[in-house]
Amino acid sequence: MYTKDGESYFIVDAHIALWDARPENLRNEHGKQFIDCFYDYHRNLSPEAEVWSYEDYLYQGGQRLMKDLFEDGYVDHAIFQPAALTEFYNTGFGQTKEAYELAAANPTRLTYNHNFDPRNGEQGLDQLRADHEAMKFTGVKLYTAEWHGESRGWKLTDPWAYRYLEECRKLGVTNIHVHKGPTIRPLDRDAFDVADIDAVATDFTDLNFIVEHVGLPRLEDFCWIATQEPNVYGGLAVAMPFMHTRPRYFAQILGELLYWIGEDRIFFSSDYAIWTPKWLVEQFVDFQIPADLTEYAPLTTAQKKKILGLNAAKMYGIEVPAELRLPEADTTETGPRDPAAADLATV
Amino acid sequence: MTVLTDRQTVSRADVRRALDTVIDPELDEPVTDLGFVRSVDIDGDDVTVHLRLPTSFCSPNFAYLMASDAKDALSALDGVGVVVVELDDHHDSALINAGLAADAGYVGTFGHEAESSLDELRMTFRRKAHTAAAERVLTELLRSKPTLPESMVGSVRLRHLGPGRTTEALLRRREAIGLPDDPDALVLVDHEGRGYSPDEVPMALRRARSTRISIDGNAHFCRGLLRTRYEGSGADQAPRPDGAEPADHHHLIPVTVKEIPR
Repeated sequence: MYTKDGESYFIVDAHIALWDARPENLRNEHGKQFIDCFYDYHRNLSPEAEVWSYEDYLYQGGQRLMKDLFEDGYVDHAIFQPAALTEFYNTGFGQTKEAYELAAANPTRLTYNHNFDPRNGEQGLDQLRADHEAMKFTGVKLYTAEWHGESRGWKLTDPWAYRYLEECRKLGVTNIHVHKGPTIRPLDRDAFDVADIDAVATDFTDLNFIVEHVGLPRLEDFCWIATQEPNVYGGLAVAMPFMHTRPRYFAQILGELLYWIGEDRIFFSSDYAIWTPKWLVEQFVDFQIPADLTEYAPLTTAQKKKILGLNAAKMYGIEVPAELRLPEADTTETGPRDPAAADLATV
Repeated sequence: MTVLTDRQTVSRADVRRALDTVIDPELDEPVTDLGFVRSVDIDGDDVTVHLRLPTSFCSPNFAYLMASDAKDALSALDGVGVVVVELDDHHDSALINAGLAADAGYVGTFGHEAESSLDELRMTFRRKAHTAAAERVLTELLRSKPTLPESMVGSVRLRHLGPGRTTEALLRRREAIGLPDDPDALVLVDHEGRGYSPDEVPMALRRARSTRISIDGNAHFCRGLLRTRYEGSGADQAPRPDGAEPADHHHLIPVTVKEIPR
């Protein structure tokens, strides 16, 4: 919980990781390229005082994670969204066992979400069932640019992805977090396009689709599909730190999201350990849309409370103290509209 | 008999002009302004250019597109000899550089991952660039005339726009997707030149706005990442006025070597 000026905020960090990118875990040069890319994100967008050494950045471990989030970072509850990247790292990038055990030891603090790759076919379905039996997760994180042998990307509309989503429905895995990446097959198309999420959100209305990074770098495509699909949400991972270096851009991202999808479907995330929640929470509570951006209304305290925690708490059934709860807002003027008309592919 | 003294030699200015025509489709800017040209070497008539990108994981399709456009532009120079274009430090550097060296084309370079061409991808982003350019002039207009109702921007025509950078930018984007430049043409149109009815205008403008925010945001983030990744690369970047913020040119995070101290 974070308190400022007499207002208290319940904080849910909806996208965290416990990764291992130390040299002994690198499978090939792509593992190093990947963590170096994250490290450049980190040092490009962090306040100078928050920049870690490269060595610290490669691996944090459970103890430091608990301190950064819950002792220093005001976080009440955090959700693991692991990226497998088994082609780049010997034991994967996200450390499944370590993260799951940490969550099991701290059930009121941490939720473990899992992942799957539809290109693993029937065997992967069996594995998903077995993993669910063992870990009982309610959400998964999917990375569409995961490399897999000859393939370096997949779409949610692939026939095997449908098989996996049908299995999720049976298992009660209702929260599908999606992160689009730079590769897809064929490479003829824009890999960041979110039209496939539009299609599955229409076909699986009983599942929630949380688009990580609010669709960045395709904010415009995300806003358009999300406004049409009541079960599409936006996660602010990677968008949050722009608040510091590029506050006008961040203000416009938020302004657009509030216009298109409304205050009840936006989730705060630090994307730990790319960034740490402490400074993000502090700055967000103080943040305001610049007055000269007259196309947007000022942010309200209630909107900040929802984004910082209440929205994700609702989806994940996380208990929020009664005095910190808020009612839902009306739907936005843009929607949700008729889901049958929601087909970005024709626009 | 070849008269060597009459032969044109390629100058650095020629190379620069050729590379100025190579556009990053996503960011809607020349690779020269973005600082993506790492080095230019001219040896006699032979030209070698190295390109660099903000991350190893920039989309390989866009990376290939810029590198192959660069090779095409340089190969078209009068009097040029052997042209070598190489993309540095990318996860697909080996694949793309081999494809460029062999003039293998897009499908020949990416094999089973490629279907036919990148033409549609390029067109998608030309349309987005046009949409963003139209929004810039219309939002400028709305800010300068606070009493103008938003729904009226659907009837604004090219002749209503004042002269200036954003108007010129719009005209260039219109030409790139085949839209007319006659003074009576509507400004807020889709990629086929169709306007919007007054009740559709506010949402069309909002969609255009999200497109503009996206392109400007991506462009500045990519520029910043390049400066973080390659020390001193900021000196090779031309300022981008669209979407600029105070921190964009004063961001001096100290350079950290991405190796573990031994």
